[in-house]
Amino acid sequence: MIFDPNVILKHLPEIAAGTGVTLALWIAGMLLGVLIGFLVATARRYGGRFIDLPLGLVVEVLRGTPFLIQIFLVYYGGPFIGLSLNPIPCGLLGLSIYASAYYSEIFRAGYAAVPHGHVEAGECLGFSRFQIIRRILLPEMALIVMPPSVNLAVILLKESAVLSIITVPELTTTVSAIGSQEYAFLEAIFLLAVIYWVIVEAAARLGRFAESRFSTYRFSTP
Amino acid sequence: MSFKLFNLLVQASAWTIGISAISIAIGFLLALVLSAALLSGKALYRRPAEFFISFFRGVPLLVQLLLIYNLLPFIGLNVPSIVAAIIGMSLCTAAYQAENLRGGFESVPRGLVEAADMVGFTPRQVFLRIKVPIALRLTFPALVNEAIMILKSSSLVSVVGIVEITRMAQDLASSTYLPIEIFSSAALIYLVICWSVALAGRFGERALPGGAK
Repeated sequence: MIFDPNVILKHLPEIAAGTGVTLALWIAGMLLGVLIGFLVATARRYGGRFIDLPLGLVVEVLRGTPFLIQIFLVYYGGPFIGLSLNPIPCGLLGLSIYASAYYSEIFRAGYAAVPHGHVEAGECLGFSRFQIIRRILLPEMALIVMPPSVNLAVILLKESAVLSIITVPELTTTVSAIGSQEYAFLEAIFLLAVIYWVIVEAAARLGRFAESRFSTYRFSTP
Repeated sequence: MSFKLFNLLVQASAWTIGISAISIAIGFLLALVLSAALLSGKALYRRPAEFFISFFRGVPLLVQLLLIYNLLPFIGLNVPSIVAAIIGMSLCTAAYQAENLRGGFESVPRGLVEAADMVGFTPRQVFLRIKVPIALRLTFPALVNEAIMILKSSSLVSVVGIVEITRMAQDLASSTYLPIEIFSSAALIYLVICWSVALAGRFGERALPGGAK
């Protein structure tokens, strides 16, 4: 293998741009996923059976099918129902929907894990439902959902590589294009693997650090 | 969309299921070796295993597949792409399964091991009759989960040209201009497969000793 570092240096701006797209899509997809996932979990908890069942079915379908198929459905099927999206918005939409299904399950488990007595105590004190969610459920849940959320965040970062298949100009797309252009595909893929490894490892450490900071405030329930 | 198209997708699912099953099996054997290395207590064995696991859990499967697909011919192994796909998936799932197994072995109650020591089991007997059965029992749910993950991830081998469900759906969608129908059908087939595995897992969970009756 002839590894020429000059090739990497020459393409550094493109690689940086690709990394930027990957990170931006990841963070935006994650935030939207958390938001939608939280709304879905809340609607399922308080909306009654006619909201819980259909939403539950959607979540199960999203969790039971490959991300790639979901992306294809949005990207190639979208135009047939009037949803013509460029690769980047399409990728963001796909990633957020996919993430929201998994986050909604995390939040559902989080809601269920808050001791019922705490909610009842709030009710006894005359808290409204909104106050119970904001003052009791959310703060306690934040600690419970932290570890699985960090885990999922790392999974999403890796899943975002799949978006290269619909030509989103993220890291995988950029680096493999450089590889073909420079007739050094293997070197490029190797570099790509190392870049992902570093980013994923950094994200995982950051997540573990955040977890440990959060758990300082962990309440103790016998 | 005709029944014939749907039938083609169902036929392609044999590849999805076959590749996933073989990868899970090879991955499991590799994971046994890796978890033994992790638990050996010797840095000489532990470090390489940790390195392997960190790499294969830290790099997207798509990138791993591309790497292996391009690396094998480079080192002089001209194997069919199906072999490259199975190697890639096996290595990836081995890393995940090894972590599960390590957790399983570490959760074997110490008291049981001590009790076996007391009644005169040899270390070999302790390992084969106490540790292995309990650890495998404890990791069974994680194994079912991993099988489902791999079934879904196997859609990525479509990029190295294997005509499993996803690749078949792609080909059919571009030739028929019916992407919504085709990809929805593909999704449905994946759902049926994944739900079947999950259901079988739940039955297995109950049927195995120590399950909730």
